[in-house]
Amino acid sequence: MRLIYTERQKQFREEIRDWLAAHVPKAPLPSFDTEEGFEAHRRWEATLFEGRWSAVTWPKEYGGRGCDLIEWLIFEEEYWRAGAPLRVNQNGVFLLAPTLMEYGSDEQKARFLPRMASGQDIWAQGWSEPGAGSDMAAIRSRAVRDGDHYVINGQKTWSTRAVWADWLFGMFRTDPASSRHHGLTFILLPLDLPGITIRPIKQLNGLPGFAEIFFDDVRVPVENRLGDEGAGWNVAMATAGFERGLMLRSPARFQQTARKLVDLYLRHRESADADPGIRDAVMKSWMDAEAYTLATYRTASRLGKGAKIGAEASTNKIFWSELDLLMHETAMRILGPYGELMPEAPDGGPFGHEHAAWLDGFLFAQAGPIYAGTNEIQRNIIAERMLGLPR
Amino acid sequence: MDFTFEDQQLAFRDAIHKFLMVEAAPEMLREIWETTKSGRSAELRAKLADQGLTALSVPEEFGGINLGDLDWVLVQQELGYFAIPDSLTDAAYLAVYLLTHLPADINLKRDWLPRIAAGKARIAVGHPLNPFVADAANADLLLLWHDDEIHALKPGQITASFNPSIDLSRRLYKVDWTPSPATRICPAKQGRQLWKDLADRAALAAAAQLLGLAQRMLDLGVDHAAQRKQFGKPVGSFQAVKHHLADVAVKIEFAEPVIHRAAQAVAEDDPRRALYVSHAKLAAGEAARLAGRRSIQAHGAMGYTWEADLQMYMKRAWALDASWGDAKFHKARVAADILAGAAAIGPSTTFPNMNPESHHG
Ligand SMILES: Cc1cc2nc3c(=O)[nH]c(=O)nc-3n(C[C@H](O)[C@H](O)[C@H](O)COP(=O)(O)OP(=O)(O)OC[C@H]3O[C@@H](n4cnc5c(N)ncnc54)[C@H](O)[C@@H]3O)c2cc1C
Repeated sequence: MRLIYTERQKQFREEIRDWLAAHVPKAPLPSFDTEEGFEAHRRWEATLFEGRWSAVTWPKEYGGRGCDLIEWLIFEEEYWRAGAPLRVNQNGVFLLAPTLMEYGSDEQKARFLPRMASGQDIWAQGWSEPGAGSDMAAIRSRAVRDGDHYVINGQKTWSTRAVWADWLFGMFRTDPASSRHHGLTFILLPLDLPGITIRPIKQLNGLPGFAEIFFDDVRVPVENRLGDEGAGWNVAMATAGFERGLMLRSPARFQQTARKLVDLYLRHRESADADPGIRDAVMKSWMDAEAYTLATYRTASRLGKGAKIGAEASTNKIFWSELDLLMHETAMRILGPYGELMPEAPDGGPFGHEHAAWLDGFLFAQAGPIYAGTNEIQRNIIAERMLGLPR
Repeated sequence: MDFTFEDQQLAFRDAIHKFLMVEAAPEMLREIWETTKSGRSAELRAKLADQGLTALSVPEEFGGINLGDLDWVLVQQELGYFAIPDSLTDAAYLAVYLLTHLPADINLKRDWLPRIAAGKARIAVGHPLNPFVADAANADLLLLWHDDEIHALKPGQITASFNPSIDLSRRLYKVDWTPSPATRICPAKQGRQLWKDLADRAALAAAAQLLGLAQRMLDLGVDHAAQRKQFGKPVGSFQAVKHHLADVAVKIEFAEPVIHRAAQAVAEDDPRRALYVSHAKLAAGEAARLAGRRSIQAHGAMGYTWEADLQMYMKRAWALDASWGDAKFHKARVAADILAGAAAIGPSTTFPNMNPESHHG
């Protein structure tokens, strides 16, 4: 055990810190769930790419830096500390890319990865369907082979950022006679193909953060398939594993929120202490954000030594989503009647404009225990695969 | 940056685990609980000594193997998992720490360290964080706090009044004694820091044991739930029971690295040691309390009996949770750091000052 950074790691931290100080936009970008904000975030991805910071864990040949996971953690720490923009292409860079590296052909990697790294292609995910939520094996959207094309019919839903995204990765039933997790195929497709209709869905905050996607005889070339035909389930599970595992929610994100919460509490300590539970919740927020960070460093160290992430990845999802709720609920308790104000509301009383930082995060925290596999599903996985309880 | 243990440390831990699995079965535990007055077994102590556990941090010149806090933390998790009814930690970890770091008094070191290493001395430690002294009536030597001084007392120099308590893996005593220049082995000037060092090690040890206990209680709950059938199936196939137990696994998963950081902070004498140790104690206590509650629920009425093994682990956990600083104490220490204003918190502050030069164990 050696809980200090090497000279190289320290230099890496300084390099990214300096770069961010020079490049992070001074004013926050508009939400990427607006058209204007989406394009602003796309330009930010391009800026990151020019500095070779958009996909640090990728190999150099595709625009990355070949960073290991400890360096990735350092990068994320500096990124969140600097208050840099959210990553509009996170589904591509963090979720699809690792799967592409594992299952993609060389041709596919060369075709998709550099454009993804530069923000030219922003990716959305297409797993969920009206009848297939937690039960993803109930997917019914069909992809029928017709020569060197698949012809897709059906519907996807809850697809994050699909309103303005360029490409979709997801799973379709290629074997009509199959059921459950057999006969599914992982397919990549551009969202502007003829036959595709995208209907935005407003989220809790009123913005169209996800969309329904309808497919009507959409023709997709066979070379857009990732992995073998009928092997989609296994390919997708690799994505889900990465998603739950590490990349989706880096600990720095929660450390940054915990830090802001401590600051909020300290500035309003006198009123906050009238509810004695608040101080406890503030301390717990810091402790759990640290615990999540430490656990991630441990996982990164283990992976660096060749270990694999198993069912324990499911504990991550539960832990960070509950932590995120705790922190935002606590901020709301401190803000009291000012918590409900929209960011643009002018009269924040004792909180001035501080309230603006919390409401959106509070709303989004409600989704944490639902997306990326609900926390109930994660508990099933922990009980059955980690603890060995009977089905 | 490498947040994993050395293979050698893990191999030692595994060996201890296998050994205790055989030698410290619940039946043995129960026998010591139910049939002894002292709560101690000379036979068990001898077996622990055979494994080298009593010599773990004794310096080589006094017959020990001179390992450090990181080795201990792994051992402590095992001592917790098996709820070992022995004062091993008090003698071989805490008393050894005090004795080896005494300013001079080579005689005291020469008298006691080799005996501790050989498993032949029981030493009780009295500190104001604990109103009672465990094992005071059957200790060969007592190391007691008095206004930050360290005093060493022989059994004849104290009166110990027994206070019955729920965790029968150790017996608690109120100790009456009179400090004198003759009993004083270290003045307050040096004693203050030594007692702080000791209390953090003690709290870290308790945290690691609590984590081991949490894992054991979870395992007992899982075993019971997999075997007990109702409505024609194992109760562990019911989702409510699964989710109860899964929550415990989550708590354990995220408490362990906190404890390991604290161990490293203790080993390296990190400036934020107090914060990290208190965090560890709180996280481990939370995991252990939840494990007890959920495990007894999974057991049904069987869990509410003296006969089911769970009770021994649960009571040990409840007792440890409040010893060497209860949650009030440790929360106050966390607050004193992170709520002091201008504390280093947030991304990139997780490992502030771990000293690269020293390499204990
Ligand atoms: C903000 C957000 C973004 C999303 N982005 C995407 C995206 O980009 N692409 C995409 O494909 N999908 C996306 N989703 C959808 C997400 O993956 C699903 O919401 C999720 O899988 C749950 O499915 P569901 O909503 O149909 O809920 P259901 O499956 O209907 O579940 C409803 C409730 O029943 C519980 N439940 C269901 N089955 C079980 C079971 N076996 N045991 C115990 N409890 C059970 C659930 O835990 C939940 O509490 C997103 C969702 C949100 C909220």
